[in-house]
Amino acid sequence: MTTPPTVISTHTLSVLVENKPGVLARVASLISRRGFNIESLAVGPTEYPHMSRMTLVVRLEDHVLEQLTKQLNKLIEVLKIVELVPGAVRRELILVKVRVEPDHRGQVLEIIQLFGAKAVDVTADSITVEATGSPEKLDALLKLLEPFGLRELVQSGLVAVGRGSRSITDRTQRGERFKQVRAAV
Amino acid sequence: MPDTDTAGELTGAQSLVKSLEQAGADTVFGIPGGAILPAYDPLYDSEHVRHILVRHEQGAGHAAQGYAMVTGKVGVCLATSGPGATNLVTPIADAHMDSVPIVAITGQVASPAIGTDAFQEADIRGITMPITKHNFLVTKAADIPAAIASAFHIAGTGRPGPVLVDISKDALQASCAFNWPKHLDLPGYRPVTKPHGKQVREAARLISAAKRPVLYVGGGVFKSRADKQLRELAELTGIPVVTTLMALGCFPASHPQNMGMPGMHGAVSAVGALQRSDLLITLGARFDDRVTGQLSSFAPQALVIHADIDPAEISKNRYADVPIVGDCKEIIAELTSQLRASGQLPEIGDWARYLTELKRRYPTGYDQPDNGTLSPQHVIQRIGELTGPDSYYASGVGQHQMWAAHFLPWELPGRWLNSGGLGTMGYCVPAAMGAKVGQPDKVVWGIDGDGCFQMTNQELVTCALERIPIKIAVINNQSLGMVRQWQTLFYQGRYSNTDLKTNRIPDFPKLAEAMGCVGLRAEEPDDVDSVIEKALSINDVPVVVEFVVHKDAMVWPMVAAGTGNDEIKVARDMAPVWDGEAL
Repeated sequence: MTTPPTVISTHTLSVLVENKPGVLARVASLISRRGFNIESLAVGPTEYPHMSRMTLVVRLEDHVLEQLTKQLNKLIEVLKIVELVPGAVRRELILVKVRVEPDHRGQVLEIIQLFGAKAVDVTADSITVEATGSPEKLDALLKLLEPFGLRELVQSGLVAVGRGSRSITDRTQRGERFKQVRAAV
Repeated sequence: MPDTDTAGELTGAQSLVKSLEQAGADTVFGIPGGAILPAYDPLYDSEHVRHILVRHEQGAGHAAQGYAMVTGKVGVCLATSGPGATNLVTPIADAHMDSVPIVAITGQVASPAIGTDAFQEADIRGITMPITKHNFLVTKAADIPAAIASAFHIAGTGRPGPVLVDISKDALQASCAFNWPKHLDLPGYRPVTKPHGKQVREAARLISAAKRPVLYVGGGVFKSRADKQLRELAELTGIPVVTTLMALGCFPASHPQNMGMPGMHGAVSAVGALQRSDLLITLGARFDDRVTGQLSSFAPQALVIHADIDPAEISKNRYADVPIVGDCKEIIAELTSQLRASGQLPEIGDWARYLTELKRRYPTGYDQPDNGTLSPQHVIQRIGELTGPDSYYASGVGQHQMWAAHFLPWELPGRWLNSGGLGTMGYCVPAAMGAKVGQPDKVVWGIDGDGCFQMTNQELVTCALERIPIKIAVINNQSLGMVRQWQTLFYQGRYSNTDLKTNRIPDFPKLAEAMGCVGLRAEEPDDVDSVIEKALSINDVPVVVEFVVHKDAMVWPMVAAGTGNDEIKVARDMAPVWDGEAL
């Protein structure tokens, strides 16, 4: 009997779906009822009004990832699933309210500058920071801000796009979107 | 739009009925209620759609399943919002598990009231998301035809399954032009039916080299109507066949290569064939836990070829060495022509002889009780023998279902209707009703238990009034027999709440008479044949025959839950002897 390899690794999936009511519920409920663990899920529009994109980050064994992909593909409103290679552009957004006494303001602003982040709101005892970047970069930023005291942290799901000029939505348009299924009668 | 057939302005309700006609539906099982009421008005006038008024929505759903199973068409059931819709949940889940094509249409409260906890409101689209192949909520009259056309297409193609269309009352009442779509807009739905040639060649290569191959045949072979192709492949290669609960009849039970049904209550020869195999040629089967037992010890030496139209079934439970996605009919036909062309057929003489001997030594039999009471197995066997293989048999769930699987004459495909995946007690009577509507000229028997029968017998009223003359055998052992069997074996005979005390309460023949059926009863072995013959002679009204059987009969063989298939017992504390281990 052959057994599948069992290495757990992180995967980023770009899932193109029809922009219809309930599609997020379908995807979320499928993931939950089949017991797949996801780390992040981000949903948003694409350049085509009829199509949305979900970006899923999962830590799974390869054969479980295959099951997840196949199960998602069974949903009628799922158009296409692409696994992005590790080198893809992967970004998150954080908004973080840092406790800052006036004495430390300079230090915090310096850290913000180093990371290419922005101070979007300042009060006598706090700075609200907006930062985007890879999960690794944002982790590093948060580690540096933590000693000052984090009052509130808001983090988006991860979004990602492959490098180069090719577009997966485009290929979906050409190859599949216009291939219509004939009615039964 | 040049792409559509236009027929002037209609109400949503009229377009629903017209859509059903366009989709080829000739029979609908349902019950009206507030939200679906507008649809019942044009339905009253339809010359093409027969509406059968059931007594409970669950009956409508199972009847639609039965109808679909025997006709190959999409079955249709219709219910109102709220409780009407939630009563359909069980049959929808059942159809989802057993891949039965049905379309369930439900009324919904008017769209402005959706989300307000209105009277008889239930989010049936949300509720049925996990148990449908797809579902729709329609709130505009103009969207009804496309939703119905898509629903029928999705239900009946690829891996079949249930589709629900929930239509708000205001959409049924509004008027709009009727446009039956020429093309469906389903860009994300493209089932693959044609297998990949490379995969088929690889499968053929493995088959040629195999020493102990088995054709592991599941319900997909019936769904793709591939029984002829299967027989050709089996007879060309001589490879032994096992047919799962969902595939009984897809390969004749009397065929010397048929090793029987595998699984928890499978034949020793079928279980042994899988366990000792070096190559499982899996056709439209899904490695269900009731077949594999403990997965880690299932068919430990076998490579796996897995052919299925649903890619997600492949490598779900058991890793497939050669996956083939496609329609079983095409896959089997291509495998056969590959093997025939190459001329390289496997050498399996010893293996076939070993299994044939196993089958001879361990037939699925039973003991006659020595106290003069009826043996349930004998009753079921005689029903099959006196009725013949070209009839339809539905069953409930439990001991009687397993005995029906073992002792009825499974010679033809699609003659067996049961709830395999979900295990729905109460499936039998309404499914038999649907089957009889679909095959009015054939005999339809329901083999039911006293427990199951008491869950859905009200549909016999429907059968009596609608002239649907089914025959129901109530195998009355006065208990929830399968649960009782487990209590005997695993709970030291502590019969907690399995004694139904079904001794004249209810009085089944009287109950049958009250519902407009003929009621019969057999209590002595000598009555069995005469009462079956009496039932077979009545063809204008439904018949219920109560067989009072002894309650300690058990289903054997059995693999206890959670153990490996090698632990199969042919009777209590009795394991088969596996000779020829060297094979």
